[in-house]
Amino acid sequence: MAKQDALFKYTLRLGDNALILSQRLSEWCSYAPLIEEDLALTNLSLDMIGRAQALLKYAGEIEGMGKTEDTLAFRRSERQYYNNLLVEQPNGDFAFTMARQLFISAFELYFYSEMEHSKDKTFAAIAAKTLKEVKYHLEHAKDWVIRMGDGTGESHYRIQHAVNELWMYTGELFEMDDVDKDLIEQGIATDLDAIRPLWNKYIGDVLETAALIVPENGYMQTGSRKGIHTEHLGHLLCEMQYLQRAYPDAKW
Amino acid sequence: MSTDTQLDTWEVFMQSRAGANFIHQGSIHASDKKMALQNARDTYSRRGEGTSIWVVPTSEIIASSPDDADMLFDPSNDKIYRMPTFYTMPEGAKNI
Amino acid sequence: MDNVQNTVSKEEALLAKFEEKVQAGEAIEPRDWMPEAYRKHLIRQMSQHAHSEVIGMQPEGNWVTRAPSLRAKQILLAKIQDEGGHGLYLYSAAETLGISRKEMIEQLHNGKAKYSNIFNYPSLTWADIGAIGWLVDGAAIVNQVSLQRTSYAPYSRAMVRICKEESFHQRQGYEIMAQMMQGTEEQREMAQDAMNRWWWPSLMMFGPHDTDSPHSADAFRWKIKRHTNDELRQKFIDKTVQQAEVIGLTIPDPDLKWNEAKGCYDYGRIDWEEFNRVIRGNGPCNKQRLDHHKKVHADGAWVREAAEAYKNKHKKQSVNLN
Repeated sequence: MAKQDALFKYTLRLGDNALILSQRLSEWCSYAPLIEEDLALTNLSLDMIGRAQALLKYAGEIEGMGKTEDTLAFRRSERQYYNNLLVEQPNGDFAFTMARQLFISAFELYFYSEMEHSKDKTFAAIAAKTLKEVKYHLEHAKDWVIRMGDGTGESHYRIQHAVNELWMYTGELFEMDDVDKDLIEQGIATDLDAIRPLWNKYIGDVLETAALIVPENGYMQTGSRKGIHTEHLGHLLCEMQYLQRAYPDAKW
Repeated sequence: MSTDTQLDTWEVFMQSRAGANFIHQGSIHASDKKMALQNARDTYSRRGEGTSIWVVPTSEIIASSPDDADMLFDPSNDKIYRMPTFYTMPEGAKNI
Repeated sequence: MDNVQNTVSKEEALLAKFEEKVQAGEAIEPRDWMPEAYRKHLIRQMSQHAHSEVIGMQPEGNWVTRAPSLRAKQILLAKIQDEGGHGLYLYSAAETLGISRKEMIEQLHNGKAKYSNIFNYPSLTWADIGAIGWLVDGAAIVNQVSLQRTSYAPYSRAMVRICKEESFHQRQGYEIMAQMMQGTEEQREMAQDAMNRWWWPSLMMFGPHDTDSPHSADAFRWKIKRHTNDELRQKFIDKTVQQAEVIGLTIPDPDLKWNEAKGCYDYGRIDWEEFNRVIRGNGPCNKQRLDHHKKVHADGAWVREAAEAYKNKHKKQSVNLN
């Protein structure tokens, strides 16, 4: 695999994760359980749009075909997206959103902590900025998971249910293919085998504090590395890309 | 009777830069200290206005009553010897 | 009998002192004595203002997931977040008058408290996001700038903060409109259509003409309000007409023309029947907006209950979420 090609795909993965999750979180706008929480979820979403912009812009530069971050965000179809299945899952209730956030933010914390030392200067810089944001996202999600787990009977049930439902999308976070191997050898990418035990430990501790049960590692969903997604992504893109697709000649 | 509330209110004080005074900003709602800090940050520092935040449960703030203003504050009005301008300095003295 | 008289004269003395203070331009703080009518007027106005910010998140939120660029999405989200924040500042300021946010939300839900009529109109196309920012926020800013000097200090402080933050909102909307007017034929049509639908409701935001304004007398004497509805409306029209011309939008009012003698624009008749109909609950989105708020409130109850339960369990412990 050509180095540029691997780097392009890898950058898209990271950019798509930020973009798709920011889109999901923005759906919470005016729907949060407390107005303060509305602001908090928006902050998360804003951080991720910023990260998506930086990464997709970089992806466009690597590809060298003159695509901007907007072309990449609004003109690719389902099969050309490489975000993890976890982040495209619908928001569900507040418990579902917070469980999803806990899983992905914990992953991103360890992921970008490694990436901060990447030989790719752009990655290193984006990682340094992202880390500050992710620490906050993780604290926020962790605190809520604990409150819900150790709150009322209903909240305990809801958060345990969310953890169980989402668990099968967590295995995919750590999948690696030739793209990863190539870039790890060059000191650019993060070795996911190395961060997996850290993630497991962290999530185990949080769930224990929250009086929740860690689900069994059963069947894990997979596919995003090859652009195979759950049916949810198509609908999300349909909505997100509507104006750009309906008025292809317009500038906004 | 529902147990639903809007959570407790907390007063927010923010320092705009290191070394500055903490200034009252307003209040937020939260159920615990950590939520209070996070909500204060998300509400009152969306433009990076703060470097440090205090949150205090509103119920813990003791405020003076306007009726006591005479008793509390008027007595210090005539103590002008507390002001540096009260003193006459000799002609030519510097750095004082 | 003596007691009653004593109370009355004491009350009168306090009122005289209060009014003297307001006349001298002094600010009223939460713990100062204030007439009950002043407190009531403020609660009504401030809670309505707060609810407007929060309900106002809905028509704009309607386009967040469909914003046409990452930049546009970012800006719109930040703007809606500001509206939520401004709702919070205002709830917080209103709470200093002895009403809780819970009560204010109950009053919104049972119809006792209102929110700005403008949000009972739908946001149908992306150009509406431009029109809302430019016209609706533009009108709101005129009103809010005037309120920075309102006599109740917590309200005034909130308004100062809000005005500072809102400065980018109107620009955001105007930029969208300007860009669309330079775009394709379809975009220009969309922009003009949004202008046509939002212009008159924006003028209605300032409320009835001064001759028909029911709450004004006390509000002026107590310096809660500093400018009349018609003064503020005129100010808004005078600054907006030129902005529309610059980008090539037509204001949907054939009677609009510059009055040299008065030094301001004359404008056509506002449809007060429509205004009253929407206020009474029969606007395009009245039911939808309130239902949305009620549903979100009900759906979030278990989360707030969980937070309360967690707090109560861990009251005495210094561990966990400190």
